Amino acid sequence: MANETKKAPRKRAAKGKSTPPDTTSDAKKPNGQLPTEPPKGTPDDADFRFYTKGGHTHESLGLSEDDLVGMYRSMMLQRRFEERAAQMYGRQKISGFLHLYIGQEAVSTGTVQALQPADPIITAYRDHGLGLARGMTANECMAELFGKIDGSSRGKGGSMHFFDVEHHFYGGHGIVGGQIPVAVGLGFAAKYKETGNVAVGFFGDGAINQGAFHEAANLASLYDIPVLLCCENNAYGMGTSVERSTAQPELYKKAYAYDMTGAVVNGMDVFEVYYAMSELAKQAREQNRPALVDIRTYRYRGHSMSDPQKYRTKEEMESKKNEDPIIRLKSYIVDQGFSDNEALDGIDEEVKQVVLESVEFAENSPFPPVETMYEDVYVQDDYPFIV
Amino acid sequence: MNRRDMAEIQFREALRAAMVEEMERDEDVFLMGEEVAEYNGAYKVSEGMLDQFGPKRVIDTPISENGFSGLGIGAAMMGLRPIVEFMTWNFTFVAFDQIVSNAAKMRYMSGGQLKVPIVFRGGNGAAGQLAATHNNSTEAFYTNVPGLKVIAPSNPDDAKGLLKAAIRDDDPVLFMESELMFGMKGEVSDDEDYILPIGKARVAREGDDVTFVAHSKSYWLAMEAAEELAKQGYEATVIDPRTLRPFDTETVLESVKKTNRLVIIDECSPYGGIASEVAFRIQQQAFDHLDAPIARVTAKDTPAPYAKNLIEAWMPTVDEAIAAAKKVMYVD
Repeated sequence: MANETKKAPRKRAAKGKSTPPDTTSDAKKPNGQLPTEPPKGTPDDADFRFYTKGGHTHESLGLSEDDLVGMYRSMMLQRRFEERAAQMYGRQKISGFLHLYIGQEAVSTGTVQALQPADPIITAYRDHGLGLARGMTANECMAELFGKIDGSSRGKGGSMHFFDVEHHFYGGHGIVGGQIPVAVGLGFAAKYKETGNVAVGFFGDGAINQGAFHEAANLASLYDIPVLLCCENNAYGMGTSVERSTAQPELYKKAYAYDMTGAVVNGMDVFEVYYAMSELAKQAREQNRPALVDIRTYRYRGHSMSDPQKYRTKEEMESKKNEDPIIRLKSYIVDQGFSDNEALDGIDEEVKQVVLESVEFAENSPFPPVETMYEDVYVQDDYPFIV
Repeated sequence: MNRRDMAEIQFREALRAAMVEEMERDEDVFLMGEEVAEYNGAYKVSEGMLDQFGPKRVIDTPISENGFSGLGIGAAMMGLRPIVEFMTWNFTFVAFDQIVSNAAKMRYMSGGQLKVPIVFRGGNGAAGQLAATHNNSTEAFYTNVPGLKVIAPSNPDDAKGLLKAAIRDDDPVLFMESELMFGMKGEVSDDEDYILPIGKARVAREGDDVTFVAHSKSYWLAMEAAEELAKQGYEATVIDPRTLRPFDTETVLESVKKTNRLVIIDECSPYGGIASEVAFRIQQQAFDHLDAPIARVTAKDTPAPYAKNLIEAWMPTVDEAIAAAKKVMYVD
């Protein structure tokens, strides 16, 4: 495959080529301050894109009022679902790890809005938001967290392993970075079968230091695979900040090493995520080329429920909450006169009810019968694997 | 040239024939790995396949086992049927996470929503003075993982029939080929579409005095030991399990009930190896039929050494197999 396509010249959009390299300001920037110009020392044709906040309106993006309200609803559902999940964890209805997505909802929602329904998506263990955005029901998700038979994985996956193959959501993966090569495989299959789809693989900033990322990025570029390698950069891999873990903390620059587009996106602004993912997915589709997308986002909660969060200050958290993606979209919708606070609060009430009902659904769903432990190990159902 | 001669082919040719037939049959099957395409295969298993199928379906990879294993898994999740060649199973340790965390568990974690119809294959086991990193028999690591199937054939005929079955199987299959057997010749079935069932052992030789169980290269060691014992008046049954997970316990049990004595030969390290699992199963299910403790002949419990005399002493040997058989028969 590489042999076929390698000869074709890469079509890369040149951006920011007129900006002279800045040799004085390469100091490490605090998270959230997006770069606005290409890194120094890169050639003129290096393709870096910067999607900073507030650059777009719904009109410039071609989004309808219904789209906006739908996105608001999706984000609200994700947030209310997880708030309730945290409560249920406290009541010991949910066990194991529970990594909450709260604060990052613009990433999932903007991405799903930008993609075609059959574009495969895969992510890491912080997977509730993407699953719900992609069409998983609160019922099947809550039941999975409760470890019940009506859960999306029949109680075998739990929080870290949501899957919804019908909606082209390929999980839900717990080993840091392990899903990135798999994401490239999803894109490989799209190209092999000529489906016209683009694969989207999410991972956290902690995963970018795994060899799996580098092998996957190299293969994606070498084989001209339509895949977006999306780093949900929430600034911390568990308790270790990007600055403390990564020699080059401007993660998008790593794209240069693999001859692919590098983009940095404000992940607190759903319009920017939508715009960036639309543009990058279109490029991936048309040119069979990968891109590395560094999405700057923030989680308000700890790494998991057992994280006391002593590594960051209250001030930092408060400043980030002022960027809240849901409040931002809500204000936009109200300012445009598409809806009012009352109606939007009504949507909030509605999704709260959906989530409450999912708790009831999960409570009422039976635990998996013990014999189901032996199911789903192999496709072949009479497989004699039991010792 | 008679028909019988025509069917005599090398182990590597049998593997290639299996892959070629399956790729001709099914567009979704493709081969990827280090040096499989332009170099024609590090061990020439895939010779000529690039010319026949083109670079879309016979794909050279960089030296990135974790990366291309994961790529294959993702492709399989989307309905393709990848064959991922490892130059040797020794190098799969850098892909261990992909095989064990992803290929094996994807179906389970998704509650049956996904299947991963992938074949990982390549040379396995000890191959001479290659020192510790290149002399690993990796079967035991992988048979420990539910969700995987593990096959280790001992001759070209089994290799062809089982590899075709593996490629058609909807579960992840690990196919282990002994590095020293690629050039071995043997008769291969002329059947148009030759498939062997995964999970059925082959009884290669029958005798009443002792049972040998040995797979892959060790099978030939067992046969040699059996021939030597025959000269001394003892008749051995030799069973080649062919597939290690699932393991055909029944065939071994039947033989042990007849011979009452069992020797397992296996190139893995003894601690937690294949021999250990087989010994457990047989003592559990046929304790009353055993006339002696089960014996095992394995690699020594150290990393593989380099020096000629040391590696020869490290590997299981025919003499050790004969001695083990005599011990369980209480002779000498």
